[in-house]
Amino acid sequence: MPTVKSLEDLKKLREEALEKRKLKIASGNVQITVAMGTCGIAAGARETMKAILDTIETENLTGITVTQTGCMGLCEKEPIVQVMVGDQPKVTYGKVNPQAAKRIMQQHVVGGKTVEDLVIDL
Amino acid sequence: MEIKIKQDALSAARAAIAQHGNSPAELIPILKDINHELGYLPDTALEEVGRLMQIPRSNLYSVASFYSMFSMTPRGSHIIKFCESAPCHVVGGREVWQALQAQLSLKSGETSEDGKWTLVTTSCLGVCAVGPVIIVDDDIYGNVTPDQVTGILARYQ
Amino acid sequence: MKYYRSNVLVCVDPECLKRGAHQVLDAFQDGLVAQGLIDEVQVLETSRIGGCSDGPEVMVYPEGIHYNGLAVDDILYLVSEQFLKGRPVEKFLAHSEKVVDEELSAPKAKEVRVVLRNCGQIDPENIEDYIAIDGYQALGRVLTEMTPEQVIETVLASGLRGRGGAGFPTGKDWLFCRNSQSWPKYMICNADEGDPGAFMNRRVLEGNPYSVIEGIIIGAYAIGSSQGYIYCRAEYPIAIRTLKIAIQQVRSLGLLGKNILGSDFSFDLKVRMGAGAFVCGEETALMNSIEGKRGEPRLRPPFPAVRGLWGQPSNVNNVETYANVPQIILRGPEWFARMGTAKSKGTKTFPLAGEVKNEIIIKSDQLPYLSKRHPRR
Repeated sequence: MPTVKSLEDLKKLREEALEKRKLKIASGNVQITVAMGTCGIAAGARETMKAILDTIETENLTGITVTQTGCMGLCEKEPIVQVMVGDQPKVTYGKVNPQAAKRIMQQHVVGGKTVEDLVIDL
Repeated sequence: MEIKIKQDALSAARAAIAQHGNSPAELIPILKDINHELGYLPDTALEEVGRLMQIPRSNLYSVASFYSMFSMTPRGSHIIKFCESAPCHVVGGREVWQALQAQLSLKSGETSEDGKWTLVTTSCLGVCAVGPVIIVDDDIYGNVTPDQVTGILARYQ
Repeated sequence: MKYYRSNVLVCVDPECLKRGAHQVLDAFQDGLVAQGLIDEVQVLETSRIGGCSDGPEVMVYPEGIHYNGLAVDDILYLVSEQFLKGRPVEKFLAHSEKVVDEELSAPKAKEVRVVLRNCGQIDPENIEDYIAIDGYQALGRVLTEMTPEQVIETVLASGLRGRGGAGFPTGKDWLFCRNSQSWPKYMICNADEGDPGAFMNRRVLEGNPYSVIEGIIIGAYAIGSSQGYIYCRAEYPIAIRTLKIAIQQVRSLGLLGKNILGSDFSFDLKVRMGAGAFVCGEETALMNSIEGKRGEPRLRPPFPAVRGLWGQPSNVNNVETYANVPQIILRGPEWFARMGTAKSKGTKTFPLAGEVKNEIIIKSDQLPYLSKRHPRR
């Protein structure tokens, strides 16, 4: 990342960052976010993340970005995984253990159908 | 064996000071590194720190004994920390604590005879919504129930 | 713990008591028993709902309905209408729209997120995410358009008070430190959140450390500091790791270091870990700990703004206090001052865990009367 030496540089960086975000959404990419705050990790988010990444590898899935985020504030429902397909509304899943993660990958990410029994209302 | 312990203590002290510099302000990070490396703060290490940083031994002991994360006595290979705070307690923490003590035959602050385990309590870890919580070494476990204790401990050789 | 669908809060301040608050309270209990609703509706004592001259004052939650001027004979009817049929009773509604103590006015429909704005929305290890949502624009404005005095005036005007618990006006904190004529000055962030059950600072540190860092840099500019420390408890290793990564990214971007954004202002930040001492959450003990000593509190005066870290003027604020600053700069102090109560502006985070419907960290723009058995959050 280049250094920001002035306010103009900062504004330019902001526009570039916004562009990147828009591109990610427009490309129809699937964005998966796993909450990796301490509460998430205590509830097993690392294993959940691993299950997601393993599925991507074994099923040779493409067009997926997996990122992390901090605590969403619904600690009791951890591990929490969010799935956003293209520009569709983000779906938030709770209590996602590795088995549930695999279900979400198959049914929602690949199959395009929300896994209703795991959805939580943010 | 004793010579090795001394060598390890001296190396740990020197490495920590090389890492952080010998300004008195760096004392706590230095003690942390030594404690992390050796599991506790041996006398030899403290003497070396005192010598290299020109800090009197009484000051060193005064600081080292103040903070609960430093131990002045050897600890087990694996340290189990149990959150003793009220939020964990009210969601079943008491039963988990009893299971831990029963399984390890240890009370708080004790180390097992084979040197494998040290059991301590810790203050609130800030993950109350997934309590009860235990930490083994650097791994954190939430939503712990008494029957999970055996499985968790079995992961550590 | 029981879950109630409604709560009736009866004011028992002296004026309301004189007008029969206890009798009204008993009548509510009796009425609910008679209607078979005693397991669904809870009756509680409270204080300072309204002016009390029209008392007894009564609030019904979660609907947020304010009744007053009730007599014991009215209660049975009220219970039947309000709780059985779900119909508020017009003739008993309080005449004044505004409750005297804003703390108990009707809860707003939507949550307003200030400090927790981006927690759970951005990748805390990717500064670009924060920049995309106006991150560091506040710092940009401060360094190019505002003097340190103007920054302090803005924070004063917002009414921001220390979120660590003492509630001292943050603008005054910064002003005192600015007025001290000794350099270097130190900017310190207290991230030693040790209270059992408290984890709202952890959430911000792990979710959006950039906002905290931005607030610290703005404050450092305001007081004339060139070096800052974030003292974070060792029980938060992930927060510490996230902070270090975030600081590294902010530094690589040139927003920490020399001549930030081409200005004369230079500032850098270090993370200092605690070592398991609860008392280091107290600001003077914290400073002793940074100095490599036992974390024992110091006598005051002198206050940290005059003689703090290494005897130099220092400013200590909580994580949440700093996290509010960028938004105050960007949206203006009036925006912040519109939220909250008469004496306590803005929002405050509270962690809730245990027997609540959804265990979460909430923000409240009014400090609510949180009874032990709050029905919703």
